[in-house]
Amino acid sequence: MKVKKSLYMVALFPFLIWLILLVVVPLMLIGYYGFTNAAGIFSFDNFHQFFQPDYLRVLWRSLYLSLVATVFCLLAGYPVAMILAGNTFRKKTLLVVLLIAPMWMNFLLRTYAWLTLLEGNGVFNTILQAMGLPKQSFLGNTNAVVFGMVYNFLPYMIFPIYNSISKIPKNILEAARDLGGGNATCFFRIILPLSVPGIISGITMVFVPGVTTFVISQFLGSGKVTLIGDIIEQQFMHAGNWGFGSAISIVVMVVVVVCMWLVNRFSDDSGVMMP
Amino acid sequence: MSNHIIDLQGIDKSFGDTRVLENFSLYIRENEFITLLGPSGCGKTTILRIIGGFEQPDAGKVLYKGADIASVPPNKRNFNTVFQKYSLFPHMNIFENVAFGLRIKKMPEVEIRKKVSRALEIVNLPGFEERYPDSLSGGQQQRVAIARAIVCEPEVLLFDEPLGALDLKLRQGMQHELKKLREALGITFVYVTHDQEEALTMSDTIVVMSNGEIQQIGTPVDIYNEPKNRFVARFIGESNIVEGVMHEDFHVRFAEHEFTCVDGGFEKEEKVDVVIRPEDIKIVPKGEGMLSGVVKSVYFKGVHYEMQVQTGETDWMVQSTLMEEAGKEVGISIFPNDIHIMKKTRV
Repeated sequence: MKVKKSLYMVALFPFLIWLILLVVVPLMLIGYYGFTNAAGIFSFDNFHQFFQPDYLRVLWRSLYLSLVATVFCLLAGYPVAMILAGNTFRKKTLLVVLLIAPMWMNFLLRTYAWLTLLEGNGVFNTILQAMGLPKQSFLGNTNAVVFGMVYNFLPYMIFPIYNSISKIPKNILEAARDLGGGNATCFFRIILPLSVPGIISGITMVFVPGVTTFVISQFLGSGKVTLIGDIIEQQFMHAGNWGFGSAISIVVMVVVVVCMWLVNRFSDDSGVMMP
Repeated sequence: MSNHIIDLQGIDKSFGDTRVLENFSLYIRENEFITLLGPSGCGKTTILRIIGGFEQPDAGKVLYKGADIASVPPNKRNFNTVFQKYSLFPHMNIFENVAFGLRIKKMPEVEIRKKVSRALEIVNLPGFEERYPDSLSGGQQQRVAIARAIVCEPEVLLFDEPLGALDLKLRQGMQHELKKLREALGITFVYVTHDQEEALTMSDTIVVMSNGEIQQIGTPVDIYNEPKNRFVARFIGESNIVEGVMHEDFHVRFAEHEFTCVDGGFEKEEKVDVVIRPEDIKIVPKGEGMLSGVVKSVYFKGVHYEMQVQTGETDWMVQSTLMEEAGKEVGISIFPNDIHIMKKTRV
């Protein structure tokens, strides 16, 4: 038993090191910078600075745009996940590859590609002009940012849902049918409630990176749509104000955790759905 | 035709390149407990799924009281199925599981409560309403599945190896409960199993199947005592099958000896298969039997001993509550009533 235990520890060691160096230490540093002022003394100055209408508006915008993107991802992703999980669709592997292939490319590259497609003299506008239609400004607004989020994060919504739907035993669906359930009953009373875990992780995997992204807003928002991620990045990379940047990070972290807690609570209550 | 509730006529069914059923026909009478019995892959489950509406036959008719229902989906048929394990809805408590079918029928809540608790009483699980499927044992889950099916008051209940996942003791208990249940409900049960003992215990009628074909239909007693061919004889219980020659009616020769039997209707000197159940062979002192031989081996099986007795070229399996020593020379007797003659099956 003792030998076994020490073996576990050895096997766990690389992961522990990784965890400490890349998760625990950075978190502590963020805590340290966030709660000290320029003189290195404990204070709430950084937080006072943040809780002003301008910054709160940016935080709100980030949450709102990410929420909109999450809703779009859910609405677009759920049917795809269902089709993938169903056994009637024969070109399943092809669809999976098509969905995953973009993820093999670098995130920056993918977003940058949309920039060239959508910009003022980009591919789409060239086509529009060739057809004698007026140029459109696709970029530099919230729609472009939401579009970028949906495009980048959609697979992260589809796969967890696909996973949970395909785990539903076929027996159970046949039992529902056997007891007189039509398509709507099977969906709302069996498939949907049993895929809630997939929906939750899908929402988490879209909403959280959506709230904190800065690349999408910079590229597709042309700098005109400022998100909370942009401000954090500014503080660290350009203003050199690590304390303020850390404080914003902490606020965002708390807000995200609260959001996720709410989502989980909501899903627990609705586990058993009434017709 | 009058009391046939289900008529399958000339059913063909293939999965990909595998032909499972070919020109399969079977009728099921009202209020009958009929069991489809056969090894896995013989097509018995496919038939059940065609009756339930989960599979469409490639050709042929599925008649329900004379009307073709081959294209009616499962949710529009007044049949309910008890599936193999794990078919309860894991996110609903037992009450909601059992109430599922009634809610679809939009029954008033008061009536639903009444019917659900009545159904749970029938399967002997009163007070389980608030529990969830994963907190129940396998036997309890299967009984909830039965309650969920009978609460809809179907005219036909279909069972797809419902006891397969349970252990022996529980299985035997459930067999008696199912038999009682059918007597209480007075509806038609169609039961699929590969367990011959289960089939013998519960059924009114057994349909023995192999490779998508019916080998024999009959009552449990008929099937056991009068197997039609080698397959049925081997599949139902243990048996000694030896080759013989039918000299004339009631006279058969096998194991280098002439026997009197009770079967007739064969051609003169026709080659036949002779079936003798191991419990029908009597061991007698040396020199007193019809055949004489040596006990080769003895195994204790609980209720009886199982012995291998060799007479000339033939090995006999004998079951008896009395033990004989291995190596002992003995005689064996077989009575006319216990000799069952079958026509040779074409191979």
